[in-house]
Amino acid sequence: MGEMTMRDALNAALKEEMERDDSVIVMGEDVSGGAGGTSGKRDAAGGIFGVTKGLLPQFGEDRVIDTPISESAIVGLANGAALAGMRPVAELMFADFVGVSFDQIFNQMAKFRYMFGGKAKTPVVLRMAMGAGMNAAAQHSQTIYPILSSVPGLKVCVPSSPADAKGMLKQAIRDDDPVVFFEHKALYARKGPVPDGDIVVPFGEAALLREGRDVTVVAIARMVQFAAKAVDKLAEEGITCDLIDMRTTSPIDEETILESLSQTGRLVVVDESNPICSIASEIAGLAASEGYHDLMAPVQKVTAPHTPVPFARELERMYVPGPANIEAAIRSVLENE
Amino acid sequence: MQQNPDQIRRSYRQMRLIREFEERLHIENPKGEIAGFTHLYSGQEAIAVGVCENLREHDYIISTHRGHGHCLARGCDPKGMMHEIYGRADGLCKGRGGSMHIADLTKGMLGANGIVGAGQPIAVGAAVACKARGDGSISVSFTGDGASNQGTVFEAMNMAVVLKLPKLFVLEDNGYSEHTGSSYGIGGDLKTRTEGFGIPVWEADGFDYFSVYEAAEKAVAHCRAGEGPSAVLATATRYFGHFEGDPQHYRHKDEVANFRETVDALKQVREKVTEAGILSSGELDEIDAEVLSLIDDCVESARTGPAPGADIMMSDVYIEY
Repeated sequence: MGEMTMRDALNAALKEEMERDDSVIVMGEDVSGGAGGTSGKRDAAGGIFGVTKGLLPQFGEDRVIDTPISESAIVGLANGAALAGMRPVAELMFADFVGVSFDQIFNQMAKFRYMFGGKAKTPVVLRMAMGAGMNAAAQHSQTIYPILSSVPGLKVCVPSSPADAKGMLKQAIRDDDPVVFFEHKALYARKGPVPDGDIVVPFGEAALLREGRDVTVVAIARMVQFAAKAVDKLAEEGITCDLIDMRTTSPIDEETILESLSQTGRLVVVDESNPICSIASEIAGLAASEGYHDLMAPVQKVTAPHTPVPFARELERMYVPGPANIEAAIRSVLENE
Repeated sequence: MQQNPDQIRRSYRQMRLIREFEERLHIENPKGEIAGFTHLYSGQEAIAVGVCENLREHDYIISTHRGHGHCLARGCDPKGMMHEIYGRADGLCKGRGGSMHIADLTKGMLGANGIVGAGQPIAVGAAVACKARGDGSISVSFTGDGASNQGTVFEAMNMAVVLKLPKLFVLEDNGYSEHTGSSYGIGGDLKTRTEGFGIPVWEADGFDYFSVYEAAEKAVAHCRAGEGPSAVLATATRYFGHFEGDPQHYRHKDEVANFRETVDALKQVREKVTEAGILSSGELDEIDAEVLSLIDDCVESARTGPAPGADIMMSDVYIEY
């Protein structure tokens, strides 16, 4: 077991899967970089966040494909390559650029298998960086996993730790369904323990990170880190919580959430996305329908407000839910105790 | 070459304003007071100014993520822009947009844009409005070599031709599409591609203000005459990275210094107009000094500008909801 950043864990997953399977190819803008530049250096970027660094020198241009800025064609390329037997890992840089390529994602890759009578498989992984935290404003900061999680046919990953990032990316590459893989920008440089060897994290299995009696706290991606802070702080006062990291928002591990809720009777869901049609709404809905008889307090949703992501530091800080908001929500579901 | 000293004085000042605005941001950026991504336009000043000096009050422009130069050339207030870049409540977009999203609709400036290739169809829409008004106004999009590979740009070109719109496509090849040379990413060439849609292309040296001005003059006249869309293709370079902080491994270390030394847009204007006796070196020095002092004021004022609060975050999502 070694310590590594999420960036390095993702890089290792890509490298190991490319070594393991020749049909795995990587494509996107500047996944290597430097082609046509005056320095003559390739691998000049290694991806805008450095996740694909070193792949071109090891695997060559046929398997590490720098593309022009053409997001719609990048996803289309991955779709076609997948239908023709490859396992493409396409990078969209920023999750917001899904907007440019949405047809290829939700009308094409998500539907091939179903529409074609179950005869097609589309083992595409679509990697993208999401989330606020860099003051990158409204078109470079969104967490759009709720939108993609609502599309039948897509699997959606939202890892919160380096170990999960590695294990889930490996599973995504091996998976025969299209997988949208969200990497939170604010987590790339965070270190965590990563087990040695070939780790694979199956989809639809949430992780129980803290065990407690009083409240079930469900969180996603960067929000897991903030929820852990709030939960640990309250534990010092004797308020203990189950902390559940969803890990995938499609499929959703309903069983783990409902099982925890049956023990605590109180639920807080933390989601960095906008509140309407969010994963927080989905989990609250799950509790209302399947967990109704266990509920001892109204479900609290902790989300961003219903606004685009603002630019200024002061505004972005207000926009992103933080440990204090989560702590307040946990306290509020305990109020009627 | 233009001869009118007032016009040249204005153009030179606009170019100097862009240069000093950007060079100053390059100095201020590492100090940590400016948040987010900043993409600088230094090196390409002649293109924005050469085009915008041909525009009238009711024309429109739309820009890119590298938008400061286009905004300034179109007459956006430098202080309001600087406040926006510093994320201030009194910035041009109330601190909600930042460097990548500066817009001023009162100036016909339809926004910088964080999505590569998104502006072109929007500018085609503005051209529909221009044509409907019938006042001879036109709409201009600025498109980098990188963006020129987006399907939206092809669709916009075709649409503008089909609808015979007063739409000017300004294609700026600065040599790099983010961290990749433009020669790698562009199949064929930008001129032939554009001409393939039936759009006439005027080529210009993007380091030479007069070259761009003259090309744009013809291309703008074509649009205003109701002949349909036209294009200007100008080649230059960006003096800084894709974004501030970009280590630029893709670039030869002497590349920018060579451009600055040999073909710099401001040096060229200075040499040409002083040699032709249109303006004196002293007059140009005065402009430089005035602009430097203006930029000092902008930065000083932006650094201490008011922070936006929750009211600003929560407003303007809708007009009414």
